[in-house]
Amino acid sequence: MPHQVSVFAENKPGKLNRVTEILGKNNINIRAITISDTGDYGIIKLLLDKPAEGNEYLQNAGIASTLVSIVAIIIDDTPGSLHKATSILSSKNVNVEDAYGFTIRGEDRAVFVFQVKDVHATEKILKDAGFTIISDNELYYL
Amino acid sequence: MYLDEKIETMSRNELNTLQFDRLKKALNAASQTRYYNKFFSDKKIDVSKIKTLEHIKDLPFTTKHDLRLSYPDGMVAVPASDIVRIHASSGTTGKSTVIYYTQKDIDHWANQIARAMYATGTRKEDVFQNMMGYGLFTGGLGLHYGAEKLGCTVIPSATGNSLRQIQLLQDFNTTVIHITPSYALHLVEVIKENGINPHDLSLKKAYFGAEPYSQATTEKLENLWGIDAYNSYGLSEMNGPGVAMDCIHKKGMHVVEDSYIVEIINPNTGEQLPDGEEGELVITHINREAMPIIRYRTRDLTRIIPEPCECGRTHRRIERIKGRSDDMIIVGGVNVFPSQIESVLMNIPEIGNNYVIIIDRENGLDRMHIQVELYSKLFQGDIKALKRLNKDIVEKLRAIIVINPRVEFMEPGSLPASEGKAKRVIDNRII
Repeated sequence: MPHQVSVFAENKPGKLNRVTEILGKNNINIRAITISDTGDYGIIKLLLDKPAEGNEYLQNAGIASTLVSIVAIIIDDTPGSLHKATSILSSKNVNVEDAYGFTIRGEDRAVFVFQVKDVHATEKILKDAGFTIISDNELYYL
Repeated sequence: MYLDEKIETMSRNELNTLQFDRLKKALNAASQTRYYNKFFSDKKIDVSKIKTLEHIKDLPFTTKHDLRLSYPDGMVAVPASDIVRIHASSGTTGKSTVIYYTQKDIDHWANQIARAMYATGTRKEDVFQNMMGYGLFTGGLGLHYGAEKLGCTVIPSATGNSLRQIQLLQDFNTTVIHITPSYALHLVEVIKENGINPHDLSLKKAYFGAEPYSQATTEKLENLWGIDAYNSYGLSEMNGPGVAMDCIHKKGMHVVEDSYIVEIINPNTGEQLPDGEEGELVITHINREAMPIIRYRTRDLTRIIPEPCECGRTHRRIERIKGRSDDMIIVGGVNVFPSQIESVLMNIPEIGNNYVIIIDRENGLDRMHIQVELYSKLFQGDIKALKRLNKDIVEKLRAIIVINPRVEFMEPGSLPASEGKAKRVIDNRII
């Protein structure tokens, strides 16, 4: 199962700057990024080509960061594709806690990444429904 | 003019004799208690050697720490059956400071407050609305009993519920209130928001207490409310409110010297300072049967005003409290030590060792917010978990410090480090 790196950030200017500087300096590539903001603080979610390494660099720099398991599937980059996946999740009562996506370079396919409570069970539900689950290594190099 | 002319205007010589007589009694009573008995013998103090009032300086200080060590009843000087009431204040370790009273002590306390209220012009015809906390806190019940003794109509409205307070003020033509200055600032705004001109109320005067505030705040409040405000000083260790109060001239608070011996000391050396010099107030309670307390270090900074007051009372005055000789902060009338907050935070693994306490005043109400750093290694990457953690910290803090702080998470390394003299408290209030 793949991982994203979640980073705690105060709600203030420069919060991204420190993170991107450390990752860039250490030659870690950011595939996708999203920020969840509560008003007081936020959590930056990063899809990195080397998540474990990236997380370590951030932690060593004293940043509150951690690896979080995620589910990633491939969907067609067409209208209604995401809906197929979400309706299965909804019918199986799986709550999506956070989600983001990105398209794959030069292809008409996209990646849908999301956080759920039970990663294994969710992967199985989607697999059974015919979706392609992306494994750890695949995801970061798409 | 005076409720008890003999006591209030007695000559300094007579007062000294009375004080010495009561000091001897208090020392003898204290020596019989479990705590002071050991305390005096450990420090090789022979109370029979105290031959004059000046010798009081040879006695050791009692501190809040001693009161905690004596918990629950190590300083009680009468049989348990003679106790009619206890009051308590919150403590660092969860242990409170408990104060005991006999019926006679309650009566003395009520009398001295009645005297002080009378000295500000309050009479039995007045309607007294007591907007102080009732319960273990001494602020509410202290003035309640004093006002009843004086014969006022007492409305025990306690704190909060501003709309009901306003209704009571209007419907019962309240003439005197007892209130914290911060709540007075808030309440006057609510009154105006409700389309009422505070100057149209029957209110004539207010007693301010339980928290420090400046002369400027007093004057501002007098103008906003259209009243005369009188300072009141007290602390639960010395009964509660009524240790010292302004008279009608509002030029310093007369200490009830027939019940208390006050000294000013240098807080660093413990050395007694002459009248007029600023230092820490030390008080000996010489008129309480249940719990005599000798040379209690209040940690409050003030000075004794040596000049006689134009009201004719011979009891000396102290100036409004200037600050503290320790790091105690008073938030919305509640005493808080940063060490109490620290003891809670240090036991929460998900946060680091550094913290900053920020106090603000918004719409007249004190707000505390505490910045803490997340500990990077235990970060779970989850907003829900952070919210749970936040709630958990707030609840643990509230259990210790009684008030409800806001807790703000900060990035690791963003707060001043705990080594050295980091500034832990930022008080933005203009008092």
